[in-house]
Amino acid sequence: MRPMLVILSLVVLYRGHNEPGGGFIGGLMLGAAYILYAMAFGVNKTQKSIFFSPVNLTATGLLVALLSGVPALLAGDVFMTGEWVTFFAYSAFELKLGTPLLFDVGVYLAVAGMLMLVMFSIMEE
Amino acid sequence: MLIAPILLPLLSMVILIFTRRWLVFQQTFSLLATIMLTVISLTLLLDINTNGIITIQMGSWPAPYGITLIGDLLASIMLLTTSFVAIVVMIYSPGFIDRERQTAGYYPLVFGLLMGVNGAFLTGDIFNLYVWYEVMLTSSFVLIALGGSAEQLRGSVKYVTISFVASIFFVSAIGIIYGQTGTLNMADLAYKMRTWDDMPYINSGLMLFFIAFSIKSALFPFFFWLPASYHTPPVAITALFAGTLTKVGIYTMIRFFSLFVVQDVVFWKTFLLVIAGLTMSIGVMMAASQFDIRKILSFHIISQVGYMVMGLAIFTVNSVAAAIYFTVHNMLSKTNTFLAGGLVYQRSGSYDLKYLGGLYKTMPFLAILFFVPAMSLAGIPPLPGFFGKFFLIKGGFEAGQYVITAVAILVGLFTLFSMIKIWNEAYWKKEPDDMPEPGPVSKGTLVATALLAAAVVALGVFAGPVMEVCHAAALQVTSPEVYIEAVLGN
Repeated sequence: MRPMLVILSLVVLYRGHNEPGGGFIGGLMLGAAYILYAMAFGVNKTQKSIFFSPVNLTATGLLVALLSGVPALLAGDVFMTGEWVTFFAYSAFELKLGTPLLFDVGVYLAVAGMLMLVMFSIMEE
Repeated sequence: MLIAPILLPLLSMVILIFTRRWLVFQQTFSLLATIMLTVISLTLLLDINTNGIITIQMGSWPAPYGITLIGDLLASIMLLTTSFVAIVVMIYSPGFIDRERQTAGYYPLVFGLLMGVNGAFLTGDIFNLYVWYEVMLTSSFVLIALGGSAEQLRGSVKYVTISFVASIFFVSAIGIIYGQTGTLNMADLAYKMRTWDDMPYINSGLMLFFIAFSIKSALFPFFFWLPASYHTPPVAITALFAGTLTKVGIYTMIRFFSLFVVQDVVFWKTFLLVIAGLTMSIGVMMAASQFDIRKILSFHIISQVGYMVMGLAIFTVNSVAAAIYFTVHNMLSKTNTFLAGGLVYQRSGSYDLKYLGGLYKTMPFLAILFFVPAMSLAGIPPLPGFFGKFFLIKGGFEAGQYVITAVAILVGLFTLFSMIKIWNEAYWKKEPDDMPEPGPVSKGTLVATALLAAAVVALGVFAGPVMEVCHAAALQVTSPEVYIEAVLGN
């Protein structure tokens, strides 16, 4: 289940900008993946199987969200203005990347980290 | 530039989370970050003072659709005072808070709190304001429970519950206002309220806002949670809360009153005056009956908040300027009295006046550090509390509000009484026989308290120039057209 949920959460994250989905939902799914794992195998084993601590994951998310505002400053716009770059434009695999997506990645990581932090400490009790 | 007071605490918080095990780094970095925050706030204040109100539209989405950040003089005065209080608390904390709490996330949480407070000062959007309130409150929930002693948990349960209730009122009010006007931008809302004729539910929305903010700033009759919870965490945290949290409620109330009270102005003024009088007098009377230093000071927060609301409710330029000056004075003096109370605790291991005594003889320096802010709160010249009260009372007489002014003068006397009570019991009284062994007072805490006491004195000595800035801020507050124009153009 875990790899599938992780991949699915990434899909939800990416399509989130224009369609239902987004960083928050994706983050919840990512968190759920590890919580399910922890329910099956215990908190200790889960924490060993992931190479980051949930607190650091949350902090990384905050940092990414913060940095997503910086490109706009470099481009001379107001903080947090959306800046987009399109790869493979007009082909079947058009890939649009931009600072709003980066912000969503930040939300994704922060939500997942927070969820794991809360659930792990409740489950440990 | 305007976003820096929000971004800097966020960045510091992230860095401090990653480095949460390195105690010395945490202490140094927090101090440097708060100093930088103060420098930024000072430049903002100077900039706004010369060039007028600054606004920016987040993400380039134009007002009234996007989120506006707006800095006027009032906001920047509050920013500067908050960040200065934060410096002092950062100097004070390493020597006072135990190591366990310091490594359990104390420093990141303080910056979370600062981010919320600064955001609430700068935002020009009601829903965004709500979000900043939540940021601030969430950090404060953890701070108040940090360490998890039984007493702290008892206090924090009350605090969390009442804050949630306040948030419910806040969101419902936003919902009502949004449903009526279709806008959340404060300037746009104020403009619509001035130009549209028929707005049936505005007063009920405003009343819900009033309840929410009066819970947060501990006004009568919603003050009961404050003395039940503020005295439980280590005194450095209480001092930070006393200096920042309740004042955000007052700041928002000033902002909302200036922008949104268009209908039934007479009702709102009278209503706020009655509330202010009751808050002042009940707070001070409850304080007079307490024996724990922290509880006395907590009740005084309530009483002092009443003064600020009084200045707001009279709503002339002079009275609002006095209220702003009083708020600044209170943020400094109140924090300072709490810190001095903490020194007493370090020295003698107790906050209870019954077990204290003789501190004047054993530690005269410590006595002076308490004497300055306490007399300032009581309103003795030349300390800032005197000028604050003097300007408020002058404003009251000028506006012909004799009853509330009389109440304010009487409450001042009671304040003097309970400050002298702490003085007598803790410093002058003969040392009780069963007094615990004296403990060491760390250097950092002494330096921090002395620094803040010096600031209090300076605020009194330079009352003239400071009052001029407050006057300019009050001019902006009393003529909301400037605010509206700064955000919306014409």
